[in-house]
Amino acid sequence: MMKRDECLKVLARHRTNEIVVSVYKAAQEWIHISPSELNYTFVGAMGQGSSHGLGLALGRPDKRVIVLDGDGSLLMNLGTLVTIANAAPKNLIHCVCENGTYETNGAVPIPRAGSVDFPGMARAAGYPKTYEFADLQEWDREVDSILKEDGPVLVDLKMEPGEDYPEDFRRLYNIQFREAFRSAFQK
Amino acid sequence: MVDSEDTINAEDIIKEIKKAGIRFVIALPDRTTTQSLLKTIMQDSDLRVVQVCKEDEGISICSGLYCAGERALLLIQYTGLLDSINALRGVAMEGKNPVCMMVGLLGKKPGVPPTNAARYGLRIVEPILDAMEIKHHLLETTEDNAKIVPAIEQAYARSGPVVMLIGREPL
Repeated sequence: MMKRDECLKVLARHRTNEIVVSVYKAAQEWIHISPSELNYTFVGAMGQGSSHGLGLALGRPDKRVIVLDGDGSLLMNLGTLVTIANAAPKNLIHCVCENGTYETNGAVPIPRAGSVDFPGMARAAGYPKTYEFADLQEWDREVDSILKEDGPVLVDLKMEPGEDYPEDFRRLYNIQFREAFRSAFQK
Repeated sequence: MVDSEDTINAEDIIKEIKKAGIRFVIALPDRTTTQSLLKTIMQDSDLRVVQVCKEDEGISICSGLYCAGERALLLIQYTGLLDSINALRGVAMEGKNPVCMMVGLLGKKPGVPPTNAARYGLRIVEPILDAMEIKHHLLETTEDNAKIVPAIEQAYARSGPVVMLIGREPL
């Protein structure tokens, strides 16, 4: 099991110019770990992160998009797996931050916590490639090549809370940051 | 009552949405619009159709496309609109995204205002949109075609959603 902030720091070290869509706890930590105008956190409703990511990826096939989804979030929008597989964006990497709980809402376990096979569901939906990581060194070894693969790819990251980061809801949802993202993205 | 010869036409709708710069159509089939409109759009090489499994996905896909500099239309049934109210609230309204929707009013009789429809589900659509402060227009006759381009342009100008209600099956 990886600490979430350590897992995200690995991703940040390998990030070049990718768009990163993130939700809830991962978003609150990602904006501190890898600050960038190309961080998209404006998802607006639970479960919708991967759908925003699909729109971004389809609109700009020349740019790579990484989604840091939650496990509870993905369960709320499971049809997205079929929608994404059907649209088949080559530039989309869909990571699931599997912490087994609705952490933002009081850390109640998700249904069948620890037993839901997210990579299996993604493969059944039509994702050509899936990965699963619970070990930080292994994730560090593989992440670079995964980021270069043709998507859609699903990466299940098994994690638990690590260091605490200050919550910044203004950075996550304020329209001025969305507009800054839009300008940076369209450059 | 609306004259049946004055019915809105799918080809005209497609012409207008192209004129408004739409390149993506995000869709979940609706009996009112599938035969004439969606199936024609699926054959149109100028428009890319993205099929969704649930309508709220479409609201977010349109928002992602907006940030990428693309214009999109979400084509769904009114039941899907009702199912997507939280995404409309959070993504389209609070997130200030110009999500442009065409929404089929399955079962509405031509010439009868949606608020006077026999079906409860149809009667509540416009009052809900009004309560959410979402702009909406009814498309039912050929002269309603003229509403499409301004509705889409205004949605992008004010960065907010618009709903175009399809009041009868287009020819």
